[in-house]
Amino acid sequence: MTELYDVVIVGGGPAGLSAAYSAYQQGAQKILVLERDRELGGILQQCIHNGFGLHHFKEELTGPGYAGRCIDLIKDKPAIETRVDTMVLEVHPDKTVLAVNPKRGIFTVQGKTVILTMGCRERTRGAIRIPGERPAGIFTAGAAQRMVNMEGYLPGKKIVILGSGDIGLIMARRMTLEGCKVMADLEICPFSNGLTRNIVQCLHDYDIPLYLSHTITKIHGKDRVTGVTVAKVDEKMRPIPGTEFEIECDTLLLSVGLIPENELSRGLELNLHPLTRGPVVNQHRQTSLPGFYAAGNVVHVHDLVDFVSDEAEIAGKFAALEAEAKLEPVVKTVEVVAINGIRTCVPQRLDLPAQGEPVRLFMRAGAPARKVTLEIRCGEEILLSRMLPVVKPSEMIAIDVPAEKTASMNGKVSVGLKVKEG
Amino acid sequence: MKYFKECDVVVIGGGITGTAILRELSKYDLHAILVEKEPDVAIGTTKANSAICHAGFDAPVGSFKAKTNVRGNQLYHQLKDELNLDIKWCGSLVVATNAEEKATLSELLERGKANGVPGLKIISREEVLDKEPNLTTAVAALWAPTAGVLWPFGCAIAFAQCALQNGAEVLRNCGVTGFLKEEGVLTGVETTQGTIKARYVINAAGVMADQIARMAGDDSFTIQPRKGEYILFDKTAASSLVYGIAFPCPTKKSKGILVCTTTHGNTFIGPNANDQEDREDTSVTLEGMDQIISSAKKLVPKLPLGDSITLFAGLRAVSSTGDFVLGASPKVKGLFNAAGIQSPGLSAAPAVAEVIVAALGQVLPLKLKSNFKAALPAVKAFSKMSGAEKADAIRQNNLYGRVICRCETVTEGEIVAAIKAPCGACTVDGVKRRTRAGMGRCQGGFCGPRVTQILARELGLSVPEVLKERQGSEMFYPKFTAKEGK
Repeated sequence: MTELYDVVIVGGGPAGLSAAYSAYQQGAQKILVLERDRELGGILQQCIHNGFGLHHFKEELTGPGYAGRCIDLIKDKPAIETRVDTMVLEVHPDKTVLAVNPKRGIFTVQGKTVILTMGCRERTRGAIRIPGERPAGIFTAGAAQRMVNMEGYLPGKKIVILGSGDIGLIMARRMTLEGCKVMADLEICPFSNGLTRNIVQCLHDYDIPLYLSHTITKIHGKDRVTGVTVAKVDEKMRPIPGTEFEIECDTLLLSVGLIPENELSRGLELNLHPLTRGPVVNQHRQTSLPGFYAAGNVVHVHDLVDFVSDEAEIAGKFAALEAEAKLEPVVKTVEVVAINGIRTCVPQRLDLPAQGEPVRLFMRAGAPARKVTLEIRCGEEILLSRMLPVVKPSEMIAIDVPAEKTASMNGKVSVGLKVKEG
Repeated sequence: MKYFKECDVVVIGGGITGTAILRELSKYDLHAILVEKEPDVAIGTTKANSAICHAGFDAPVGSFKAKTNVRGNQLYHQLKDELNLDIKWCGSLVVATNAEEKATLSELLERGKANGVPGLKIISREEVLDKEPNLTTAVAALWAPTAGVLWPFGCAIAFAQCALQNGAEVLRNCGVTGFLKEEGVLTGVETTQGTIKARYVINAAGVMADQIARMAGDDSFTIQPRKGEYILFDKTAASSLVYGIAFPCPTKKSKGILVCTTTHGNTFIGPNANDQEDREDTSVTLEGMDQIISSAKKLVPKLPLGDSITLFAGLRAVSSTGDFVLGASPKVKGLFNAAGIQSPGLSAAPAVAEVIVAALGQVLPLKLKSNFKAALPAVKAFSKMSGAEKADAIRQNNLYGRVICRCETVTEGEIVAAIKAPCGACTVDGVKRRTRAGMGRCQGGFCGPRVTQILARELGLSVPEVLKERQGSEMFYPKFTAKEGK
């Protein structure tokens, strides 16, 4: 038998929880959150370091602390039901969701609207094709983080990290504090892909060398990792012969990118963006499929969880409004495209009422740059421009576009960077 | 002398050949023991190959390779039903991309006919594109309808399980260190677990088979390890590659770099063929990958390289005789060789087993058991169950309601069952080969630690004792104690 809900939320991490709370505040009477892990909170539960929540809760929290806040907001609310240890197997265009857990077995629920908040997963060795043997001791940084922080085991003792994404940087510090030796962090790009504060606090403070424009050309060890061969790379990121050197280690941690987890979305045939690898959404985080919303890292990988919550609150609010059939009529649709140095922009679509509405755009730059001007254009007209002292691919750019500016938009809007002349 | 075990026949090596032989032996009234030096069966050549059940047109007419390939291919049909093997009978194409290669197709066709391969025909470019729209460079192809793709480790494990239910034994972590002989006749095998008294020994030791033979006193052949590297793609990439099997025109050294989609829907490209001295080095190389990528592009110009999920390499055991080495050793009484089993070894395995057991029958009177149990209990993967079957499975055991591997939808119930089964999984990779947990796009990133913990719980080990694959491949370490700290 299918159980009916106003809003069904797939994923109980920060996005799902924030969306649930927001839908509740908007008046949704029956909200269901489905979470595959044994507890709510998602990946935050393994991020035991601090640095979360400064924007959203105006307070510095640890990952579990942030998750706890989100959980506190939804608990004891009769309108919100949560089911953990629950895997969603299928989501259908009619908004039915097939899920399974050990207690209930297989069950089907249906929402008036569905919010996709499945987060993201880590890129693996196979995706970047690192040559060598396939021994034990190669982990994604997040998997190692869970093991050391939640399960109480070490992934290894002598560690090399490939990639300088934030999880990798955090793990460099974490493993050092556990008594392990972190030999080096290698980054194939000529710049780091992590937050500056993490480079300083996690590598510099512990004298861990960061090799930019370097990669691993071979993993050694038949059974357990015994070392890696490292080489410098050229502009095309191909290893330069003759620059190889070896580092002895028993563990390789990979922090080589995150990919929105859209396996369920793919079955829905909603539009996915080739660069964000998440659903194309409008400013309310409505996807291309009616009744389906998406928020958080499943849409695009965020730099801070605070922005995940912000985005999920938007999705929760509008999913609840749609469930109550209270959405304002759309009079025009505007496509937002990223150009000139901006790699991605979310939302990719604005569905606007006659009077327009305030919209926040989140962007990522393709490469680091200094003293640039961000321009939002509609045809030849510059709707908005902003001087930015520094842009980095690792940090999202957020720009608020006031309602009156959106009211004047027509056709296609572009966002791009202009390098300051002279 | 006190022996660790006593039996009629010892089979050395737990790959596809050894397990197939053990199963064949278990049909008869005799006691057979298989010894495998690693913690699990099927982790040598059997775990890293093209997984193809060849039609049988490649090998020279009259060779063991040709005969056992064609016969093995036929035998797999019945075995599929009896042992619930994953086999996709999809047929194969040898693709010609120019007139010269087209001539080769006719040679293959003639050889195939002589080998007794049914249904072979040369088809036009249009017919190729009808089957495989991404083979855009094809001018013609040899179509072999009897070829298929199988799940190699699944087959080997099923062979072992079938043998076990018929009274045979499988000893893992049991490496051969020497042989017992009396007056030049083999009388037993010395192993890392103790001495096994045996009347006959069958050498199915893969790339180590010549060393085992030498240890027993037979230097009649040598084995050249030949590495083949592969790139495996996400299931989402199959639609831009192939649905079945596409070979290029063969060269003298190998059948060439092919494109093939496995029984579970992942496409791979490979293998290359590079001889090496090392019998253990299965590392993938940068040069090797470039080699297979550029070759595969000749068949499928647009490779979705961003969708690769893993790389692997295997070693083929190439014999100095140019053919499989099958039968009684010419040098040592009591020793039988099933060696040099390179391609089409997987396809040939059930037939190789028949040849070996027939040879044994020349010296050991064989009597069929009246109660041979050919069928294994049917096990269905959770992901392949209907809704009602899933609900039922969870009602009987609620661990089937907990999904551990999210890429392949493998439940805790299936993982526990794989551990508890005969010849059960005892390593993380062993669980992977039996259940597919860890074979998906995240390659165990998410489920690997959970599988490790389930193995520890079920086997009564601590988490740091759990192995990925071989001895020395521990997954995790205990945390440092306060004393160890600096």
